[in-house]
Amino acid sequence: MPDATLVIRGGTVIGPEGSARLDVAVRADTVVALAETIEPPQGAVILDATGCLVGPGLVDLHAHLRQPGREEAETIETGARAAALGGYTAIVAMPNTEPAIDSAGVAGEVLALGAGCTAEVAVAGAITVGRAGTALAPLGELAALGVTLFTDDGAGVQDGALMRRALDYAKGLGVTLAQHCEDTCLAAGGAMHEGSWSSRLGIPGMPAAAEEAMVARDISLARLTGAPVHFLHLSTAGSVELVRRAKAEGLPVTAEAAPHHMLLTHAAVAGYDPVFRVNPPLRTDEDVVAVVTGLCDGTIDAVATDHAPHAPESKDVPFDQAPAGMLGLQTALPVAWEVLSPHMGPERVFALMSAQPAAIAKLTATDPRTAGHSAQGGPVEVGAVANLCVFDPAAVTVVDPMRLASRSRNTPYAGRTFAGAVRHTVLRGEPVVVDAVAQR
Amino acid sequence: MTGARHLLSVSDLGADGIAEVLRVAEAFAEVERRSVPKVPTLRGKVVATLFFEESTRTRLSFETAAKRLSADVLSLAVATSSVKKGESLRDTVETVEAMGIDAVIIRHSSAGAPHQVARWVERAHVVNAGDGWHEHPTQALLDCFTVRQVLAERKGVAPDELGIGCFEGLRVLIVGDVRHSRVARSEVLAYTVLGAHVTLAAPGSLLPPSLEGWPVEVATDLDAALGDADVVSLLRLQAERGSGSFVPSLREYTARWGLTARRAQRLGEDAIVTHPGPMVRGVEIASDVADLPRTVVTQQVANGVAVRMAILFLLLGGELPGAAEVPAVA
Repeated sequence: MPDATLVIRGGTVIGPEGSARLDVAVRADTVVALAETIEPPQGAVILDATGCLVGPGLVDLHAHLRQPGREEAETIETGARAAALGGYTAIVAMPNTEPAIDSAGVAGEVLALGAGCTAEVAVAGAITVGRAGTALAPLGELAALGVTLFTDDGAGVQDGALMRRALDYAKGLGVTLAQHCEDTCLAAGGAMHEGSWSSRLGIPGMPAAAEEAMVARDISLARLTGAPVHFLHLSTAGSVELVRRAKAEGLPVTAEAAPHHMLLTHAAVAGYDPVFRVNPPLRTDEDVVAVVTGLCDGTIDAVATDHAPHAPESKDVPFDQAPAGMLGLQTALPVAWEVLSPHMGPERVFALMSAQPAAIAKLTATDPRTAGHSAQGGPVEVGAVANLCVFDPAAVTVVDPMRLASRSRNTPYAGRTFAGAVRHTVLRGEPVVVDAVAQR
Repeated sequence: MTGARHLLSVSDLGADGIAEVLRVAEAFAEVERRSVPKVPTLRGKVVATLFFEESTRTRLSFETAAKRLSADVLSLAVATSSVKKGESLRDTVETVEAMGIDAVIIRHSSAGAPHQVARWVERAHVVNAGDGWHEHPTQALLDCFTVRQVLAERKGVAPDELGIGCFEGLRVLIVGDVRHSRVARSEVLAYTVLGAHVTLAAPGSLLPPSLEGWPVEVATDLDAALGDADVVSLLRLQAERGSGSFVPSLREYTARWGLTARRAQRLGEDAIVTHPGPMVRGVEIASDVADLPRTVVTQQVANGVAVRMAILFLLLGGELPGAAEVPAVA
């Protein structure tokens, strides 16, 4: 392969149908050869991938990058660096910034700040103006910029009639509305899952029913309008079952789950450490099992991080005064690998973290409207854009909050060790992470 | 004796720990009966009270206890402190500790705030004086102390002679707003670890959402439950926590769950009525019932000082035993 600029040697390439021991040659931003042995030409960058899985770059449907407005917690640049270190080559920036991403102006600013970062940054727009839940945001104006996902995430659209109108309006635009399912009346004042632990700890709880009521409502609205609905961060067994039945019925619904809802339970709150305050809250053992089962049986389409940085001082307060949210981008794949790999092959783990989320966000093909975005989600094949994640299942991820790329420290996994580690990340042919070190 | 460094929860004590608190408190109750009710036990020690929530009896009780032990008392009035300028709880605590404080007594509207303070301090001892809906350990301890005192008096023996055996099989009925009550959570832990049978009596909306792991029974009919109770612990309906909307009206609450004069006739001859205060006469307790000899509210207040002296002494001048057994409600 005389004109390759980058050769990844010794890895096992993850394909949708199976995996094979292949070297990968990249020229500029494109995969140009896959072969058992590729001799790198003089001057080519060589990445050792012995024993590693070489999959498509991961795609996150759910990242809070905090810019504009909360740059003390995260910037688009630092969030994208955390993403790259986590194996992500594309992330969808959530619109609950200050101001919210509810206009072409703010969306354009975020896209411009994302251009040139170590992961591609797409934007989710708000469904309602200011995420206030009262008036529709200019979905068409945002869709014209290439925005394909809309959500008021951080809150659900409480007014069912408004949500119904938004779905009707969105149908002609070819976009998907995503819901943070939480009935604010039922959840009012809650700071953790309502159950045995909240009752013991004296912390006001939010019942599972607060999530499930809105999942049920929006399934009805998907049936009524025929418009697609994506369910963000499902966290309860009841929600998973509702989505399972909606899919069996053939309704156009998709769903995601966050790594922390696949691993942690409300028992983590026992020490009142606000790092474990997150929304939706950490639930019961049964809920964790249901979320994992949903990922295994196809009810849940994607692992999405809900990466939610908060500045250290904002989490160093009493539990119920702390903002909800935890870091996720840099630990998602090791956590998902630990939880899911006993149940499924690496092809399906990568599908849940790359191809399927890329399809939900419509990032699988280059969109001329979103300047600089390349085709995401794989497959890794000749002619594809070289967006790659090289994961070493034999390595170990040790989570040290002080060494994360995020501006914030609020990881729930401080001091924990996970089997498997992201080794290299390649963005459009550029090795942005080499041996777990960000290159810029 | 393995000492617990802080008193954050009744579960920090265990049955042996409670027994020791009660024993030491008896000794300090004797001090209180002296003409000069003061001992030099904690001379040179500094105790700070940090009350981020309003309080009358608990704050005065702790400060009186500290002064009777000859400790110096610093009292942070939150309304006039740097908290109003936006200083965080952590910085406030670290600032206070930097002044050489030996113990921090904290009340906060957030459950778990004392646990966090305990992680932030370097050497000070932390005492939970009430955190949100979570716990109010010294209240439960003084309730146990008072109940034992009454039982001992009736038997004509010294309370110490009863040990903690007098709680074995004791039937305790906790009535009212359990959901929002830190007193109830601490009482459940204390009474059950001492071997008492605890029953909660409340409308469903005022019970905790889950009682999984609570070694208690639930009574849905107060009238039926009253006759069996040796101790009735009445809780205040906490209107300031929004519990007003948990019942249709105060009138209906009083009618169904208040200890009215008529309902009080169902009580056994020896039944003891406790209330952590402040009482709302006419709501959870009729005024006439509040003034009956069986209602020991003022004794509870008086005993609060001795019990808090015991806690401060055991934390600062000695050691509290660790939890001998961890109760189910941890």
